[in-house]
Amino acid sequence: MKDTTLRINGEERKLSADTRTTLLDALRNHLGLTGSKKGCDHGQCGACTVMVNGRRINSCLTLACMHDGDEITTVEGLGEPGDLSPLQAAFVKHDGFQCGYCTSGQICSATAMLEEIKDNWPSNVSGSLTGEAKLTLKEISERMSGNLCRCAAYPNIVDAIREAAEASS
Amino acid sequence: MTRHLKMDTPATARLLDQLPSRLTGTPMDRPDGPKKVSGTATYAHEWQIEGKTFGVLVRAPISKGKLVRIDKSSIEGLPGILGVFSDDRFLRNPAQGTANEAPIQGVSEISYFGQPIALVVAETFEQARHGAHMLELVCEADTDGVYDPEASNLSPEQPEDDQLDQGDLDKAMAEAAFTVDSTYRTPNHNSAAMEPHCSIASWEGDQLTLHGSYQMVKYNVNELADSLGVEPEKVRILSPFVGGGFGSKLGIAPEAVAAAIAAKEIGRPVCVTLTRQQVFENVMRRSESRQRLRLAADETGKLTGLGHECLVSNLPGESFHEPVIQATHFIYGGENRRLSIEVARLNRMCAGSVRAPGEAIGMQVLENAMDELAHVSGIDPVELRKGNIPEIHPEEDMPYSSRPFAAALDEGAKRFGWDKRNPEPGKQRDGEWLIGMGMAAAARVNMLMESKARVKLIDDGTAIVETDMTDIGTGTYAILTQLCCDMLGLAPEQVDTRLGDSNFPKASGSGGSVGASSSGSSVYLACQDIRGELARRLGCDEDELQLNDGKASGGGKEVSLIELLAGETIEGEGHIEPGETMEKVQQATYGSYFAEVAVNAVTGEARVRRMLGVFGAGRILNHKTARSQCLGGMTWGIGMALHEAMEFDPRDGHVVNNDLAEYHVPVNLDVPQLEVVLLEERDDWASPIQAKGIGELGLCGAGAAVTNAIFNATGVRVREYPATLDKILDGLPELEPA
Repeated sequence: MKDTTLRINGEERKLSADTRTTLLDALRNHLGLTGSKKGCDHGQCGACTVMVNGRRINSCLTLACMHDGDEITTVEGLGEPGDLSPLQAAFVKHDGFQCGYCTSGQICSATAMLEEIKDNWPSNVSGSLTGEAKLTLKEISERMSGNLCRCAAYPNIVDAIREAAEASS
Repeated sequence: MTRHLKMDTPATARLLDQLPSRLTGTPMDRPDGPKKVSGTATYAHEWQIEGKTFGVLVRAPISKGKLVRIDKSSIEGLPGILGVFSDDRFLRNPAQGTANEAPIQGVSEISYFGQPIALVVAETFEQARHGAHMLELVCEADTDGVYDPEASNLSPEQPEDDQLDQGDLDKAMAEAAFTVDSTYRTPNHNSAAMEPHCSIASWEGDQLTLHGSYQMVKYNVNELADSLGVEPEKVRILSPFVGGGFGSKLGIAPEAVAAAIAAKEIGRPVCVTLTRQQVFENVMRRSESRQRLRLAADETGKLTGLGHECLVSNLPGESFHEPVIQATHFIYGGENRRLSIEVARLNRMCAGSVRAPGEAIGMQVLENAMDELAHVSGIDPVELRKGNIPEIHPEEDMPYSSRPFAAALDEGAKRFGWDKRNPEPGKQRDGEWLIGMGMAAAARVNMLMESKARVKLIDDGTAIVETDMTDIGTGTYAILTQLCCDMLGLAPEQVDTRLGDSNFPKASGSGGSVGASSSGSSVYLACQDIRGELARRLGCDEDELQLNDGKASGGGKEVSLIELLAGETIEGEGHIEPGETMEKVQQATYGSYFAEVAVNAVTGEARVRRMLGVFGAGRILNHKTARSQCLGGMTWGIGMALHEAMEFDPRDGHVVNNDLAEYHVPVNLDVPQLEVVLLEERDDWASPIQAKGIGELGLCGAGAAVTNAIFNATGVRVREYPATLDKILDGLPELEPA
């Protein structure tokens, strides 16, 4: 057992858990934050995506005890029914989900991904490693390809992200 | 009160087209959407239940043989372990959809690699997982396991109902102007729903509550009760949110029964979630298939003969087999026919329904064969199909209900720019990419299933819809809300739709594309029941009653709905049953797919550049959710065409690619911005709401449009799915300077 203090969605949360506990299982099984989902537990599907200190990660691939003092943002921290973030609202409008199980991960991932584009991080489909990163359909699709959606709402996810990003810029 | 309807005659009244409110059909946002995008929809694993413990299943490490012993002492003393359970009531495999009884049970006989044989329960997930890893099993492997469905020493079964021999196909082939005789193979598929299967079992005395992830609650209650040997009245299942089903959650599954047995024993709730590897190892697979297609046609391309002979597989003792020829029976003519299915018995996890069982692979291969016929005859693929739409059912003297097949072909060809396609393969280049266009037809049988719902119109003018129907992402919350709004003249925020609780009236459940039309009809009837009572109170005929915007009018009178309710709640029940309209006509849904594919001339890599689907499925209940279902189906078609295959070790039959890194479902970049067109249609034979199923139509031939486009791009006809680059590379045209 190890004591860890996490700052989750702006709130300090104390955790006393087995050192083998992943950040994802800490959220879901210990802290009652079940918005982050477990689809594979191996970093293959992206359903568990959260932001740690502003960067998106697969929370199933990291142990909770490694994040003492870290700032963690989960989907619950982005908005709630009646007060959705623009991206969450765009997902509803464009039907960027069906069963909803990958959705938290998609939204956390997209939230961080848009910052990466703003910071001109290149992707596998970028024309240049050092140039300006552009918000094209292909860039969105590539950068969101770590988040599987078996209902396959991909075209709607791309539309939702593009609309929310364009509205904010 | 209950309003009951057995569909014996067409429902020509079309009440939904006459109501003042027309929310049904509009692309209304899902009412459950805000919960799903904020992570506040509660899936099975996520119920906060006092005293919850965690269980991890242990699976058989051999494909055929006996479990001799479980050495429980091997994990004794590990922290947190609460028990090791292995019981004759454990399920060998999940129940087939609508089984309504326990599947084969027991742990001592091992029939496939991955069969669940024990459950380790502990205080925490980490402890249970460790215990499950450490638990020592003694198994005795048999040497006669069967892992190859085409092994020469097997004698596959020939199910009686799936052997059609009509006319003389051999003679038709010999006399035809054009023929195709090709054998295709499709691999095993896994549904790979994003939410792994999960159950939390908790007992209060002899009453079991199961929070599960299930598609067909009415049947699941009986299956679970039968598995445990308790009365169905003692079992309640809650499944309000399901993280994807696609057939994989139709029947009660091993984790539910194991959780219930352990929970009873330790007197605490037990939560069992499958690992992703277990999802691949013991959840239903879509059977692999070998399909021989024979087409005989005259000079005009008209079919005179059609053969579709298939080999599929399942575990011993399972009655289900992949109904590959389901749509072949009715989509095209040809008087000489040989349609058959053979079933090999394998030691491979259970085969069952995976999205669009039958048509998903049957239509895919039939539509490849039609493309071959178009090529050898020089007839345009769209025209070839239009010329083979039969007037009446080619095997039974039966007409068709609404069938916008030709319209879907024409509309698709026009919108896609099909006239720009060069029919000669390998002629279009874009840099290092070879470009091709392909098309295919879509067809899927349509069914209605018994379904019940209750609607309560409360004295404040709001309503509650209750049914044990599920929403597996299909949009049930949306469409039932829309139907209730229109029938009672309410706004969406005034209707609260509650699903997935076995205490509610028993619905069809979600599967086989029956859910929307069946459960929708039951809600429609429940609302009619309420309309009858409101009309009586108002003093007018039910036909005259108009409900809109909180007001009721009819017979020259108008009062507010709240006044008419007079402080009371009116409860209506609806009960739909299938009837003779299922036998009098061939009911099906139709469509077309068009795809443009780029194949790399150097590597053979195939990418879908654009894809269009045009579909007719009766009344569309919600254009947004119906379109999303079609996007999903078409994407499954892309996956089946290009990536998806379960690979088995031929030595011991275990599945090698048992996770999402190695079993390749399409990712975002694999899928272009697909286009979907939904045709305006009413099918009075299908249901009182004129709707048919659309959840599976999107993939009933979709993959063929992609592989037909690969042929057009390269001249390579891939007959062993999926069309990975290794199968394309050898046949690519010689490289020329671009």
